[in-house]
Amino acid sequence: MQRIGVFVCWCGSNIAATVDVEKVSQVLAQEPGVVFSTNYQYMCSQAGQEMIQQSIKEYGLTGVVVCSCSPRMHETTFRKTCEKAGINPHMVEIANIREQCSWIHKDKEVGTEKAIILGRAAIAKVHLNTPLTAGTSPVVKRALVIGGGIAGIQTALDIADAGFEVDIVEKQPTIGGKMTQIDKTFPTLDCAACILTPKMVDAAQNEKIHIYSYSEVESVKGFVGNFNVTIKKKARYVDEVKCTGCGLCTEKCPQKKVPNLFNLGLDNRRAIYIPFAQAVPKVATIDADYCTMLKSGKCGVCSKVCTAGAINYQQKDEFFEQQYGAIVVATGFNPIKLDKYDEFAYSQSPDVVTSLEFERLMNAAGPTGGTLLRPSDGEHPHTIVFVQCVGSRCDDEKGKPYCSKICCMYTAKHAMLCREKYPDTDVYVFYIDVRTPGKNFDEFYRRAVEEYGVHYIKGMVGKVVPQDGKLKVQASDLLGNRQLHIDADMVVLAAAIEPDETARPLATKLTASMDTNDFFTEAHPKLRPVESPTAGIFLSGACQGPKDIPETVAQASAAAAKVIGLLCKDNLTCNPCTAEPNELMCNGCSSCEKVCPYGAITYVDKEFRGPNRTTLIRRVAQVNPAVCQGCGACTVACPSGAMDLKGFSNQQIMAEVDAICR
Amino acid sequence: MVDFVKRISGVNPRKCMKCGKCSASCPAYDEMEYHPHQFVDMVETGRLEELMNSKGIYTCLSCFACVERCPRSVEPAKLIEAVRTAVVRQQDKTHLKPDAIPALLDDELPQQAITSAFRKYRK
Amino acid sequence: MSVNEQFQPTIVAFCCNWCSYAGADLSGTNRLQYPANVKIIRIPCSCRLNPMFILRAFQKGADGVILCGCHPGDCHYTTGNYYARRRMTLLFSMLDFMGIERGRTRVEWVSAAEGAKFAATMNEFVDTITKLGPNRRLEDLRCRKE
Repeated sequence: MQRIGVFVCWCGSNIAATVDVEKVSQVLAQEPGVVFSTNYQYMCSQAGQEMIQQSIKEYGLTGVVVCSCSPRMHETTFRKTCEKAGINPHMVEIANIREQCSWIHKDKEVGTEKAIILGRAAIAKVHLNTPLTAGTSPVVKRALVIGGGIAGIQTALDIADAGFEVDIVEKQPTIGGKMTQIDKTFPTLDCAACILTPKMVDAAQNEKIHIYSYSEVESVKGFVGNFNVTIKKKARYVDEVKCTGCGLCTEKCPQKKVPNLFNLGLDNRRAIYIPFAQAVPKVATIDADYCTMLKSGKCGVCSKVCTAGAINYQQKDEFFEQQYGAIVVATGFNPIKLDKYDEFAYSQSPDVVTSLEFERLMNAAGPTGGTLLRPSDGEHPHTIVFVQCVGSRCDDEKGKPYCSKICCMYTAKHAMLCREKYPDTDVYVFYIDVRTPGKNFDEFYRRAVEEYGVHYIKGMVGKVVPQDGKLKVQASDLLGNRQLHIDADMVVLAAAIEPDETARPLATKLTASMDTNDFFTEAHPKLRPVESPTAGIFLSGACQGPKDIPETVAQASAAAAKVIGLLCKDNLTCNPCTAEPNELMCNGCSSCEKVCPYGAITYVDKEFRGPNRTTLIRRVAQVNPAVCQGCGACTVACPSGAMDLKGFSNQQIMAEVDAICR
Repeated sequence: MVDFVKRISGVNPRKCMKCGKCSASCPAYDEMEYHPHQFVDMVETGRLEELMNSKGIYTCLSCFACVERCPRSVEPAKLIEAVRTAVVRQQDKTHLKPDAIPALLDDELPQQAITSAFRKYRK
Repeated sequence: MSVNEQFQPTIVAFCCNWCSYAGADLSGTNRLQYPANVKIIRIPCSCRLNPMFILRAFQKGADGVILCGCHPGDCHYTTGNYYARRRMTLLFSMLDFMGIERGRTRVEWVSAAEGAKFAATMNEFVDTITKLGPNRRLEDLRCRKE
């Protein structure tokens, strides 16, 4: 028989006003097994906790029931209190008589009666409680970063700085991500490549960082502290070790008509390519969709010119496994496809471009060598119209419901750069709202208007019609209360951004949750912004929501800090409330194994004593307490009733039911 | 009356984010006294009287470009249609009287246009 | 029990720890009233609810049992509430066969943010059960209190 102490809290007047605490403690004192019962003004206070500890020693209590606020509030507090006084923390039960009693009832009699019943249920449960000890599971001191953009690079650098091994998995042939395609960065206008490429080199040279480029995550097993990840290294048909990145093959390859995706298809590259001069790793890759040798077996020019002998047409996708303690998702974003917005004539005229394409047209390493020229005829444009919020802030069926956040600023940057480089151009920006929250952001936008004379017009473009080499733009000027007709040379669309298309399948592999827009959800939108609700998975950059570069870097470092905090630990404390099979009752049917969402249950052959001194070998279930999260699905699936959940056992819950119904 | 217009059009003017894409798309913009985005605002703020007295509601072509383009699916043309219905349903407010037709006829006007105008502008 | 005294049903509510229990706490924090007939039992996940517990509650004299869990797709353990949904569908059809009114048992999805929904659901459920009257069919008369 347990020796139980009951402690009823007043919570000031929060409980005492609608529950007769004195009566509750008196009535509960009559319950079997209760050897001590009292009430106090603030049980969670220092004095209250000391009272509990003293009573445990004085009356030799083996179990404690605290009638107070929700266990979500102070269960941990009281468990710690009791642990210090020498009893197992899992011998403490909370009767929730505040949130679920005193606060929802006005009548004191009703409240008191319900509090007594809730107290009885808790006492009935404590009678069946057993001391539980939390197990531990070791932490693999290595992190995986999925995505090698600026977010992934920053996270990896920070983790490596703390002395842990980091692997970056990047699906493209080079790390760097979207930032490599950007020309200048707002609001300081420093060149993106100048600040990014040193970081890429740092990552490549850091001996703690290993970069798997042109690779993808194939599958993820395991749990926080001990993930088992299979990585697929896609065949690039070039030996990464032998290739020196001299680039001779990329000049000699006869297949010249391959859209250059790095320049968003604005120009062509060869079938064997290095995305750009500063690529990391600087290794050529063969595009299997275009390579004549791989398609028809006739060519082999690259292999003939390669002095290092790095070309290998027989290369296959490689798979390998690696253990990680933590996984950081940094899959980033993409501009949306513009098929739905045909009023802007994006598919009809090459002179209608997205903002990212415009970045390439402005970039010195881009298809035009940094001179702004119209893609259609290579002429210098004189009138440029920028359209904001294309596909952002839309009704669900018309586009993305959210604000893409970065467009206002990069459009201001584009407009400013146009006017700076080519003062003879007329630049119009059509906006719904100009959103410039950020350090020096609004000043930047005002400079575009005041110093550079960009025409900002409140209104929207209704349609763009290509006609006689011009783009006829029809737009509204809401403040001028007129409709504008502009003959433009170029139209630049600030397309909404969306999460990368690989994010959704990755989330399934990681069992991490996503919102309806395919952005990863945080464990808490305000207080835990860089963690996924799934333990051990962290979020970095635009995979969590639209972000500009400073924010991305900030979040990347924050995610790194969280990862370091995890990897610093040698062991993780597991949830002690895990499933436990009764081996004598288990018939080895595998029902529990099938329902377990964590794969925590395995089957082993075990020897049992049979009749007449024989031994029997039977197949029985075994639960890995480090993996089990304690949901209890298996306990109900078990047909023989062998599986039970520690801390919430069948008997305990039934005792509660009995106490409530009696 | 505002509720009536909202009900028969099925439009919720509060969804409007005042981007002006409707007015940018409107082919009859210069013919109108109030423009599509203003229609939405006037219904929302209850200035229906002015709208009902405006000639602009008859200049709307009902081409539904604004409905098609509106990013928030506010559908201004449906509002205009509803306001027009509210007006022509009143006593003596028929906009197009049969007697007025011969004077308006010209050879290039298709028969169908007259029929549809008739449907649109009278009770 | 005298005839005039209003029937006070005993109702057991099983709430999953992550969503519905927090939802119940929230309705308390917001001071949303619901009848004291409802007594909540905390379980780690709606899939922990063994149908046996419901039968036991009816046997011991409960008049209604409600299970609250996370919304489908939001389960803390990813799939727990789907299991619960299937099991309860099966159990409820068996209870139906046994002549227990459908209204006495219920599954409701309540998230941690839906304090108001929790209170409204409980008010409604208590109403339904009060109209249905005491549970006689499954009650074990030996368990009856004097």
